[in-house]
Amino acid sequence: MHPLAEKYLRKSALPQFFCQGCGDGTIVTALMRAIDDLGIIDQVAFASGIGCCAWIPVFVNADCIHAMHGRAIPVATGLKLTDPSRKVVVFAGDGDCMGIGGNHLIHAARRNIDMTVVMVNNAIYGMTGGQTAPTTPHHATTKTTPIGNAEFPFDACEVAKAAGATYVARWTTAHPAQITRALKEAINHKGFAFIEVLSQCPTQTGRLIYGSGDPVEAFNTIKNMAVTKAQAARMTPEELVGKVIVGKLHQVEGRAELCDEVQALMSQKGEGLSSDARLVS
Amino acid sequence: MEQVMVIQGNEACVRGAIAAGCRFFAGYPITPASEIAELMAEMLPRHGGVFMQMEDEIASICAVLGAAWGGAKACTATSGPGFSLMQEGFSYAVSSETPCVVINVQRGGPSTGQPTSPSQQDIYQAKYGAHGDYEVIALAPASSQEAFDLTVKAFNLAEKYRVPVFVMSDEVVGHTREKVRIPQNLYVRPRQKPSLPPGQYVPFRAGPNGLLDGMPAFNQGYKLLVEGQLHDETGNRAGTVVDASAKLVTRLCSKILKHDGDLLDVDGRFLDDEPEVVVVAYGSPVRPAMQAVRQARAAGIKAGCLKMRIVWPFPDEEIAKVAATARRIVVPEMNVGKIVREVDRAAHGRAEVIPLPKLGGALHTPAEILAAIEGGYVRASAS
Repeated sequence: MHPLAEKYLRKSALPQFFCQGCGDGTIVTALMRAIDDLGIIDQVAFASGIGCCAWIPVFVNADCIHAMHGRAIPVATGLKLTDPSRKVVVFAGDGDCMGIGGNHLIHAARRNIDMTVVMVNNAIYGMTGGQTAPTTPHHATTKTTPIGNAEFPFDACEVAKAAGATYVARWTTAHPAQITRALKEAINHKGFAFIEVLSQCPTQTGRLIYGSGDPVEAFNTIKNMAVTKAQAARMTPEELVGKVIVGKLHQVEGRAELCDEVQALMSQKGEGLSSDARLVS
Repeated sequence: MEQVMVIQGNEACVRGAIAAGCRFFAGYPITPASEIAELMAEMLPRHGGVFMQMEDEIASICAVLGAAWGGAKACTATSGPGFSLMQEGFSYAVSSETPCVVINVQRGGPSTGQPTSPSQQDIYQAKYGAHGDYEVIALAPASSQEAFDLTVKAFNLAEKYRVPVFVMSDEVVGHTREKVRIPQNLYVRPRQKPSLPPGQYVPFRAGPNGLLDGMPAFNQGYKLLVEGQLHDETGNRAGTVVDASAKLVTRLCSKILKHDGDLLDVDGRFLDDEPEVVVVAYGSPVRPAMQAVRQARAAGIKAGCLKMRIVWPFPDEEIAKVAATARRIVVPEMNVGKIVREVDRAAHGRAEVIPLPKLGGALHTPAEILAAIEGGYVRASAS
């Protein structure tokens, strides 16, 4: 076993069950590298929802609550407020974040609570067999849009930014080093950080939307979609159709963070949190 | 020093929760429970706790679950529509054995119903509202004093049994101001630490009584995996393993049903002389029921009252005992007649069980209950 895997994988949860060619394994690796670089395995608290990518943190040997569909963010809110020194990281799919849990995402962003939300976007409900998602492209065919998707997808990063997220980045599974870097930046960022990772799902998105279940084709489709901000600046609107801009898209430093605000108000008006910032009596 | 104060039931719940060690509350405004959130917002910071108003009731129960694993005793409060929204969270709490307390100040339903009127229409929902097979604990206060006492008890039981515990209050209890004595010495069960260190500790391995060995918090070195999917003793998924899945569901139910006696909380009044008529009640209707029983006895009718402070798990044996000697059991409820079915089942044909439903958003009058005791079947204002 690779030393990183030996050190950080939750062995009792193995073997992992992602499909062949799935992008989620890449994200597990990027996550382990980020945690290793930051040396925070004992401080990290994971919360995840339901869906394939919600299993990403389960395979890492750290405290993890594998919660309900769409509800990882409010669960993470409870974890963070009971001990603001925790490094809270949420893994949620596009259905989790933009569909059933969309309300929680925008409110957590509005509060600027210090946590990192990683939205793994495969543009489909994968685990349930390939149904349309709030991120599925217009006119795409899925199991529940057999004649084409009449709706338009969310741009999750724009939603997070508009709602008040103070760090927003987007990468794809073709950018493993950049995912690691973004994770480290987001975890170190004081405030609500949102990372979208476009991830290939050959089994569902590949077969149903792109017309091929071949993992390499699915991977290349996503890879070829990605353009950096610098590249995009040199492209015409026509050339940008079907492209996705990757990179660090937004960062605001110094905006008041929720736990700090709560603690400051409590020390002014109440007795404040105990010295070690825990609430456990 | 013992404290005496005149407070409404909602405030008594808040004071009980904080006295029991509650240090996290997440909620969403709803009548007639809003005073609980307002008072929590005021009082928790003074006790080193955190109040959060969330974006909805779903987020509220989820934040409570997160706070529980964060190491805090945590609580939320709501009423009918919010209670419906929280159900998935209750089911998660059962599966993951997350202790939490939920106060439901019941109002009339269905739907938006009667926001400012009392009911007991959610008493089944506390036990059967969420998906899956499970057992929970539900308590029913009848006064401000019991709102305090039973909220303390709810926290203690949640810590022991690791389930959501429901304080099924109602608008009458919630908004009635009356005397509450807060005793000097209050039994508060602390969160139990695991008996074994990380590495040796198995988080979901139960003892012979079906109960878990302590509850570590996140970031204490245990590397916990908290799982809603059916799981083995380590927390790892076992939803496709028939034996392990059946074993977990069986234990989750039996740890409540085969309790060691502390989930029986009934209070018999005037039962010593084997009364012919017994009123079985819980929550606010206990109040007119006791008055009616006293009036009946003054009129020479051998009547008694069995008051249930814990409704779930249901006190089958206590009902059976009453049914063995009583001729008639009257069950006043502010709903269409729900717990009366449980009473009838437990009585097993040994006594005539008479439902006394009261709908419309009002408490029974003593006269209505007295009439039922006297033998005339009274259908209260339901029609």
